[in-house]
Amino acid sequence: MNILKKALVLVVPVMFLAGCATAPTDTMDDGLGTDGGVESSAGAGSSTGTGFGSGGSSAQTMGLSDGSDISSSALSLNDSSPANLLNTRVIYFDFDRSKVRAEFNDVIAAHAEYLANNPGAEMKLEGHADERGSREYNIGLGERRGNSVARHLGLQGAARGQLDVVSYGEERPASMGHDETSWELNRRVEIIYTKEQ
Amino acid sequence: MLKVILRSFLLLMTFWVGNAQAALTIEITQGVKGAMPIAIVPFTWEGPAPQAPLDVGAIVTTDLYRSGRFSPLPERDMLARPSDPSKVNFQNWRVLGVENLVVGKIRAAANGQFVVQFVLFDVFRSSQITGQTFKVGKVSDLRKTAHQVSDIIYEALLDERGAFDTKVAYVTQSPDAAGKPRYSLQVADADGYGPQAVLNSNEPLMSPSWSPDGRKLAYVTFEGGRSSIYTQDIYLGKREKISGFRGINGAPAWSPDGTRMALVLSKDGSPDIYIMNLLTKKLTRLTKSYGIDTEPVWTRAGDAIVFTSDRGGKPQLYQITLSNRQVKRLTFEGDYNARATLSPDGRMVAMVHGNGNRYRIAVMDLENGAMQVLTDTRLDESPSFAPNGSMIIYATESQNKGVLSAVSVDGRVRQRLVLQEGDAREPVWAPYGK
Repeated sequence: MNILKKALVLVVPVMFLAGCATAPTDTMDDGLGTDGGVESSAGAGSSTGTGFGSGGSSAQTMGLSDGSDISSSALSLNDSSPANLLNTRVIYFDFDRSKVRAEFNDVIAAHAEYLANNPGAEMKLEGHADERGSREYNIGLGERRGNSVARHLGLQGAARGQLDVVSYGEERPASMGHDETSWELNRRVEIIYTKEQ
Repeated sequence: MLKVILRSFLLLMTFWVGNAQAALTIEITQGVKGAMPIAIVPFTWEGPAPQAPLDVGAIVTTDLYRSGRFSPLPERDMLARPSDPSKVNFQNWRVLGVENLVVGKIRAAANGQFVVQFVLFDVFRSSQITGQTFKVGKVSDLRKTAHQVSDIIYEALLDERGAFDTKVAYVTQSPDAAGKPRYSLQVADADGYGPQAVLNSNEPLMSPSWSPDGRKLAYVTFEGGRSSIYTQDIYLGKREKISGFRGINGAPAWSPDGTRMALVLSKDGSPDIYIMNLLTKKLTRLTKSYGIDTEPVWTRAGDAIVFTSDRGGKPQLYQITLSNRQVKRLTFEGDYNARATLSPDGRMVAMVHGNGNRYRIAVMDLENGAMQVLTDTRLDESPSFAPNGSMIIYATESQNKGVLSAVSVDGRVRQRLVLQEGDAREPVWAPYGK
């Protein structure tokens, strides 16, 4: 069921197959943004509440046409038109969650495609949290969000070496307020191209 | 009746700490009934200058007042101002309901030195409780002497060591000339006076932690765009990078003997707790969970570590014994319990206790698990015990500013330390040191 929905979300069939092939859970957490993976045996990936389930559970909000748009043209980082999904460089998250919301699936797919088409390109994923709770826990949460985006990018064709996750926790808020309006802007992953091609 | 009026008046006052150099002000936001009435007579000055270089008596008054345990008599209500112990007329103080009296003097000595003397009296018994004479080498040491006087009075009357002559470290963020955030690691006296930046950075600074001898701080920086952990001698300024692995380098905590550092790394997957031997830099991985394990603190004996983990779904406090790696969960009350800190006697753990909208400081008795919420603001974090265990300093938000506050461990006395510019956060009270 989830896999069927996922097939709709992940437009490029090759990507889909690749995704399935790397599906075992313990590749999820240790794969991206870390260099070890030795200790990640204890069911690492399945715990984060992200990955396949996220795409699937929210697939109803997606249309096939979104997907075909993405695959139909070669995307450029220099095209500043609003329609260029690569111009969306911030992914927002729900409170205390690291699951990528469905509305960002096509943005992530576009960046993944760009990375796949430009093997020299590199990207820093800065994970952030809102100010609530403790600072070091929020560093962990920010990294989990960064890894979540990295994992989606990886499943859709980005190479591990192209992705670098850094968590700033609550230390660098995008909005300085102390209410939900600010908090929802601060729970985010910022996509920063460190090499464009 | 008179006492009640006096106390109400005192609670409305804001004490400015020190002079214009001070960056923090202290206001008592909630007082305590039954604070001990005391009078500190202004210390007399004997020297060539028209007045003493520092008003030692005023500093003692402020110290005792902000502890919440004393209610000092306002100077204008004093019927006499003796400085010589033999000139004290106890009846003058009894009629005002003052139980204890402090008189003292500062005398200029040779070579820019000073002599500070004080005596503490029990007014109703008409007898001296204690007294001391200090030789002070230079003007800039007088403030420390004043805090030492406060410590002696506090201990003599409450039978508990004072924590006035101690330091606090904290992180500030304020905009630079171009409006970009500037981060600073500050060390100030426990009353907020004399803050000195020990590190400035354009990148975030986090998680300061004192060495047990009070000489060094460990902290997290984001210099170069990623996290790393440094230790720094705050007197020599010398610093050393001890951890710069890929991923998270966070939450350093010195072992009680100062030989090891607990820290959080995500180089092997999700954030886990490691122990570093500070001499050999050898790392031992302590936890292996799929969740976030972070914010380690050592037990007093150094044989176990209390930490935050969301292995059960939500962040809660756990304890792991170093010898056998056995883990037990400590907190069960509430959705969110994190950032533990242990009281100096090891009996209590303070934490951030939250429910999604309100995050407050709570303490739990480790013996019986009883939890008490101490604060009633909504974004409280980073609790840290005074070295005598009497107060907890923490960070909160007030009128869109990050401010430091302190609360007594019984929750009855609260005070706020207001930074004049920028935001202050992550206060850590220094140990007594060696």
